[in-house]
Amino acid sequence: MIPEIGFFSLILALFFSLSLAILPMLGYYLKQEVLQASAPPLTLIVGGLVALSFCILAWAFLTDDFSVLYVSLNSNSQLPTAYKFSALWGGHEGSLLLWVLVLSAWSCAVALRLKSLPAEMGDVVLAVLGMITSGFLCFLIFTSSPFTRILPDSPLDGSDLNPLLQDFGLIVHPPMLYMGYVGFSVAFAFAIAALITGHLHAQWARWVRPWTSSAWAFLTLGIVLGSWWAYYELGWGGWWFWDPVENASFMPWLAGTALLHSLAVTEKRGVFKSWTLLLAIFTFSLSLLGTFLVRSGILTSVHAFAADPSRGTFILVLLVLFIGSSLVLYAARANQVRSQVAFGFSGREAWLLLNNILLTVLTLTVLLGTLYPLAFDALDLGRISVGAPYFNTVFTPIALLLMVFMAIGPLSKWHKTQPKLLLKSITVAGIIALILTVGTAYFYDFSWLGGISVSVVFWVTLLSAKDWLQKVTAGHKGIVYRARHLPASYYAMLIAHLGMAVSLFGIIMVSLNSEQSIVRFSVGDTTSLAGYEFHFDGLAQIKGANYLSERAQISVYKNGLEVAIMHPEKRFFSTRQQVMTEAALDPGFTRDLYVSLGEKLEDNVWGMRIYVKSFVRWIWLGGLMMMLGGFLAAIDKRYRLAKGGNHHG
Amino acid sequence: MQGARKKRLLTVLLMGLVLAAAVSALLYALQQNINLFYSPSQIHEGEAPLNTNIRAGGMVVEGSVQRDPYSLKVSFEVTDFKHQLSIRYQGILPDLFREGQGIVAQGILTKEGVLEAQQVLAKHDENYMPPEVTEALQEAK
Repeated sequence: MIPEIGFFSLILALFFSLSLAILPMLGYYLKQEVLQASAPPLTLIVGGLVALSFCILAWAFLTDDFSVLYVSLNSNSQLPTAYKFSALWGGHEGSLLLWVLVLSAWSCAVALRLKSLPAEMGDVVLAVLGMITSGFLCFLIFTSSPFTRILPDSPLDGSDLNPLLQDFGLIVHPPMLYMGYVGFSVAFAFAIAALITGHLHAQWARWVRPWTSSAWAFLTLGIVLGSWWAYYELGWGGWWFWDPVENASFMPWLAGTALLHSLAVTEKRGVFKSWTLLLAIFTFSLSLLGTFLVRSGILTSVHAFAADPSRGTFILVLLVLFIGSSLVLYAARANQVRSQVAFGFSGREAWLLLNNILLTVLTLTVLLGTLYPLAFDALDLGRISVGAPYFNTVFTPIALLLMVFMAIGPLSKWHKTQPKLLLKSITVAGIIALILTVGTAYFYDFSWLGGISVSVVFWVTLLSAKDWLQKVTAGHKGIVYRARHLPASYYAMLIAHLGMAVSLFGIIMVSLNSEQSIVRFSVGDTTSLAGYEFHFDGLAQIKGANYLSERAQISVYKNGLEVAIMHPEKRFFSTRQQVMTEAALDPGFTRDLYVSLGEKLEDNVWGMRIYVKSFVRWIWLGGLMMMLGGFLAAIDKRYRLAKGGNHHG
Repeated sequence: MQGARKKRLLTVLLMGLVLAAAVSALLYALQQNINLFYSPSQIHEGEAPLNTNIRAGGMVVEGSVQRDPYSLKVSFEVTDFKHQLSIRYQGILPDLFREGQGIVAQGILTKEGVLEAQQVLAKHDENYMPPEVTEALQEAK
C-alpha cells in the first residue's frame, strides 16, 4: 500500500506543477495578481509531494520491500544500510526521482527567497521551473516509475546493487552532481523570465549570481567526487577518462564557468546582456543534454543503464522542446535587452570577453568529441570512438591560454586600465615564473608543454598574490584590517583561481612524473618502482558483509625503511556473480602509492598494477578550492539583498 | 558612434578568427583520433586498414584464452559466429573479461590478421553488452 502512496503523490505533484506552469503565467499576461501569487505556495506543495514520494521509496529500500520491482533490482537484504539508502539512486528510475527532488528543492529555495524580487519576475521564474518540473515528472510517471510492483509473487530477495556503486563516493557523488546540474535551471528560469518580462538590468544579474555560483560550486564538488571515485574504485589509477558521461557533466561546468564571468560583466558594466542570457540557456541545455546522454543509454559508458528506446525518445522530445522554445523566445525578444553602453578594450570586460570566448571554445571542443561518434553512427558511417588524445591535444593548449589570461583579468580595472601599469606587473611576474620553472625543472623532468604548464601555475600564483598584496597595503588602515574587509566575492575569485593553479599543478605532475609498472607478481617477490621496493608478502581470504575477498599484502620500503603495508583486494559478490577490484592506496601530500590486483594467473601469482602518482591529491584539492570559491561568492553580503523597496516595478 | 562601431567590428572579427582557428584545429585533431569499429567478418574480408588504430570486438571464444607462463602476454579469439579474429594483448584484462562474453579491443591490425591490442574493454555489468558487439552479431547472422 505504501509504495502506491508514493506513486500517487508523484501524480499529485504533476497536477500541481502543471498548475504552477500555467496559472502564474496566465496571471502575468492577464495582470491578475491572485493568479500570480499562487506560484510560491504551488512550488512548496510540489516540493512537499516529491519529497514524500522520495521518502517512501527510501523507506521501501530500508525495509527491504522487494515487492517493488526497482528495489528488488537494486538492493539486497545483505546490503549494508548506508548502501541500501544510496541504492535509491543506483538505477535509472531512482536517479531520475532524485533529479526531480533536487529540482523541486531548488524551486522551493527560490520560492522562499522571493521577497527581494519584483513580484511578477519571481512568479514567472517559478512558473518556468514548474514547466521543467512538469516535464520531468511526466517522464518519471509515464516511462520510469520506480514504484512498479511485482505482485503477488514478489521475490524473497533482491538482485543487489552493482558492486561498483557500493561505495561512499557513490553515496554522495550523484546528489552533489545533480545539485549542480539542476541548479543551473534557476539561472535558466531567470533568463527566460527576463526575456518574457523584458526586465534586464544590473539588478537582474545581482539576483542570478548567487544562484549560479552555488549551483556551480555543487557541480564542481560533484565532478571532483566523481573523479576521486573513478581513481580509487575503477582500479587503473586514472582520474579522468574523457568518458562521454564525464564530459556530460563537464560541459555544463565549462559553460557555467563562462556564465559566472559574463554575469559579473553584466552586473558591473551593464554589457554582454544578451550573451549572458544565451549562456544561461546554453548552460542548462547542456545539463539537459547530459541527462539525455546518460539516461537514454545511447552511450558506451560506466554510467550507461540498459537501454530503453521509449525513454530515449521521451527525453529527446523534452530536450528539443525546452531548448527549442527558449531559443525561439530568445530570438524574438533578445533585442529588447541590447546593451546601452559601449565597452573599452583595455578594461577588465575585455579580459572577461576573452575568458568567455575561450571557455565557449573549450565547451565546443568537448561537445564535438562527445557527439561526433553519435552523429557518425546516426549517419550510418560506422561505429567510432574518439580517443583521449583528441581531447588532450585540443583541450590543453586552449585551457593553458585561458589560465594565462585568468591571471591578468583581475589586475585590470573595469572600463579602462592603463596598459603601462599592467605591462609592468605582467613582465615581472613572467620573468619570475620562468626562473622558478627552470628551478623546478632541475628537480623534475618536463617536456616543453610541461614546462609551459608549470610556468603558468607560477604565473597565476604570483599575479594573484601580487593583486592581494596590493589591495591590502593600499591606504593607511592596517593590513589585517584591510585584508578582513575585502569583499567575500574577491576572496572567492582569488581562491577559485588559485584552485585552478593547484589542480593544474597536480595534473602536470601526475601526467609527467608518475611511474607505473604492470607486473606478474608471485608471493615472496619484490619489485621496485620510483625508489620504492614493493614486497608481495602473501594472500588471505576474507569474508565481508556481502562478498568474499581475496586480499594480498604488499609491504613497501624506501631506503630500507618500511613506508606502508598495503592490502589490495579482489572481491567476489555472490548475488550478482560479479568481481570487483579494490585498490590499495597509501595517500600522501606529494605522492600516492597505488596497488591494485589484476588477474589471478596461478595460485600465488597475480597480475598487478603498481603506481607511484605524484601530487595526484592536488587535482582534487584544487577542485575543492574552486568549490569553496563558488560558495563564498554565493554568500557575499552584497548579494544578500535588502528586502522590498526600490527595485519593484 | 564611429568608435563604438569600430570596436564592435573588431570584436566580431576577433571572435570569428578565434572560432575559425579553433574549429579547424578541432577537426584536424578529430581526424587523427577517430577509431573505427570493425567486426571479425569485416576484418576477414579485408575491410579494415593496417597500421591504424582500430577497434574490434565480439564474443570471446570458449577455451581460446592462452597465457604466457612468464609474462603478462595473453592471446584469445573473438567471434561474431561467422568469422574469428585473434587478439594479442600484454597487460591485465578487465575484471569482467570472461570466455563467452562480449568485449571490445582497441589496437593495430597486423599483416597476419592479428589485432595487437593496447586496450581491452569488457562490459560493465551483467545486463550490459557493448552496442558495437550487439550490432556486429546481428549483422553476421
